[in-house]
Parts: sequence; C-alpha cells; structure tokens
Amino acid sequence: MHLGHTHDGPAAVSADATRPDGTRRALRIGLGGPVGSGKTATVAALCRELRDRLSIAVVTNDIYTREDADFLLDNAVLPPERIQAVETGACPHTAIRDDISANLEAVEDLEDAVGPLDLILVESGGDNLTATFSKGLVDAQIFVIDVAGGDDIPRKGGPGVTTADLLVINKTDLAPYVGSDLERMALDAEKQRGELPVAFTSLTSAEGVGPVADWVRAQLAAWTA
Amino acid sequence: MSRAALLVLADGRFPAGGHAHSGGAEPAVAEGRIRDADSLASFCRGRLHTAGLTAAALAAAAAHGVDPLALDEAADARTPSPALRATARKLGRQMMRAARATWPSPDLDALASARPRGAHQPVVLGLTARSAGLGPEDAAHCVAYETVSGPATAVVRLLSLDPFHATAVLARLAPELDRVAEQAAEAARRGIDALPAASAPLLDITAEAHAAWPVRLFAS
Repeated sequence: MHLGHTHDGPAAVSADATRPDGTRRALRIGLGGPVGSGKTATVAALCRELRDRLSIAVVTNDIYTREDADFLLDNAVLPPERIQAVETGACPHTAIRDDISANLEAVEDLEDAVGPLDLILVESGGDNLTATFSKGLVDAQIFVIDVAGGDDIPRKGGPGVTTADLLVINKTDLAPYVGSDLERMALDAEKQRGELPVAFTSLTSAEGVGPVADWVRAQLAAWTA
Repeated sequence: MSRAALLVLADGRFPAGGHAHSGGAEPAVAEGRIRDADSLASFCRGRLHTAGLTAAALAAAAAHGVDPLALDEAADARTPSPALRATARKLGRQMMRAARATWPSPDLDALASARPRGAHQPVVLGLTARSAGLGPEDAAHCVAYETVSGPATAVVRLLSLDPFHATAVLARLAPELDRVAEQAAEAARRGIDALPAASAPLLDITAEAHAAWPVRLFAS
C-alpha cells in the first residue's frame, strides 16, 4: 500500500506497525455496534479492568455530542488526556471505515501526548449492523450487541455480527425480562461466525467484562509476541 | 496531465476527512439562512466567490511550484478566524496522509516534516495535485468544487434536502466554478503577492460561534 515509498516524515500513513521513531505502536481495537448495546459501558469496564497493568487510551466517535467521551470522563475510568473525541459529520461508519483520517490522527496524537501506549480502544458511534472498522485503523474489532435489542440479531447476521473478531452479546441479565433466548443466540452466532469467538456479558457486576478482557489480553500477547 | 488523476483527487470519497465538515452550512441552516435549494445555491455562490476563490488560488500556486511554506503563511494571513485556521490545518494534515499514500513525493514529505500538525488544506491539496502530475487549473478546480460540494452534501444531511435538488445546485454553479478556477490559476501564475484575499466575514463569525456549540453534527 505504500507504493514502495519510504516515509521519513512525521506520521505513518495508516496501519504501519511501527511509529515514525521505530518503536512499536499500540495495539488498536475497535468497538462497534448498535446504539445502546453497551459499547461505552464495555470500554469503561475494560479500562477499569486493564488500566493497572496496561497503558491505555480511548478514542470516541460520538455522532453529534461528546456524550461518550464525557461518560468516560465522569466515571473517571481514565485521566482526560487519555480520551479523545472525534467528530464524524453525521456518518459514524464513514469515520471508522471509508475515511479514517480523523481517527488515525486521534490515535497518533494520543501516542504522542501520553505514549508509549499498550492499547488504544476506538469506540464507534452507535450505528447499524453493517458498520465495520477499516483494517487501516484497527488491528482487531469487537462488535457489541445486546439481548434486549432482539434475540434474532445473530440470526440476521450482517458484517458486524459475522466478521468481527469478537462478538459480545451484552446485558444477559435482562434476558428473562425481554424474553430473549440466550441458547438460540449462541447457536445462531455460531452458525454465522464459525470458529470466531462470542462472549456473553453482563456489566452489572465488576467482573462481568472478564471474558472480553481475557480476549483483549490474548490479542495483546499476540501483538507483542 | 492525467484527467483521471484529477477525478480521483476531486472525488468526494477521497479519504481526506472532508465528510465531517459542513463548510459553514451547519450554522447557516441553524440560523435559517439555508432552508431550501435556492438558499443553498446563494450560500454556495457566496462562499465560492470569497473564501473559495482565495483557497483555490492558494492551491493553484502550490501546484504551480510556489514555496508551500510561504503559501502556508499567506493562508494564515487570509484566515482571520482562529477556528477556521485550526480546521484548515486539521484538514491539511488529513489530506497530507491521503496524499502521501496516493501520490508520494519528496515535496509532500518535506512539507509534512515542516508542518507535522498540518499545513493549510488548500496548500496541501495544491502540492498533492503537483505530485499527481496535475496543474494549477486542476488544483483550483478541485478546491473551488469542494468549496460548494461540502456544504451541499452537508445540507442533504442537515435538512433532508432532496439530493437531486442539491446536486442540481452544483451543476448550475459549474460555469461559475470554471471562471473562479481560471481566475485563481491566473493569479497564482503572477506570484504569491498577486493571490486574492477575498473573505466572507459572516462565515468567519459563524465559524467561531459554531466551534463553541456543545452539540453539533459537523466539526466545522
């Protein structure tokens, strides 16, 4: 993708694994999914779980406010200089897939300002089932859906459900109240995803994010190996 | 020159960050100055002949081979609003990333090193055009077109304006776009001191206000 050209300027073009100074950049993990499925809550829980051992930063892509960034700040999951909000011009999927410039700028600025970083979580704005992250922006992606959004979502599939490196089915504690069949969701997800992993979570308890955190740790181990 | 290269650079899908910006249309919609296709056309015409002409000439000069750092200063001098300066540099940095991936050149590397936080977007676009083998007229056409296509696209999202009507506005502006691009390229050939300095004070003022909005759809 670099047309055989050597980049000796200040910024890598996109997915280069090293930073301009030759050091390895942070692992970037994208979190996407429909509005209200618990992306920001998952990011917050991951930060709480991992921040003691890892140097973490977060990029949020709010659709028209700073709500997600402010939620993370209000809950003090990370110091403010580790959270950057990107504005997406009414098209959150464009900013994570078709034109990733602003998000790349945000991750590079974070590495410059508070680096070295181990992990950058890029949270997309709440979008539809077709939203996926560009490989030029993230190394791996998590798609977050929830049981209250309808237990037929795994069956319906779509690029997020089918191709994400990890599918998180959140709010399992609500399943009995909304009549969602977790076993059916697991079977449908397996049909869509084959070998790709699925994590069922309930973030009402502190350890609820555990399966996702374990997956992130495994990704990091592979990245730094 | 390659006509196809011009199409690639001018394509609204060229990944250089423009999709998140309304070119001042968001505050104009909020204040009722843009409410339909006719008022969108007036807004675009005003922007084209003021900020658009100035930006197109900066791009044409960069494509012509004028020193980009001198042009960057000239752009600062022509951009009184700090918010719009910040936007121009942010978009310049994003354009630079796309440019170095698409038409890499030592000129682009040198400007990226000299302005790691971004040079003004029209200057970077002009240098990109030069790296792509395009000329001053091409660069000026690109900038003139994005001066009006950005707001038109944004207004489709902001007002749910019929996209056919919005595109028809752009089509009807085509002869004026050609004239502005020619004017800009001609000025660029006369040197940096001949570059136009037209501006739209209301765009500057509303850009400052918009930058402080707590809730907005577009970054500018």
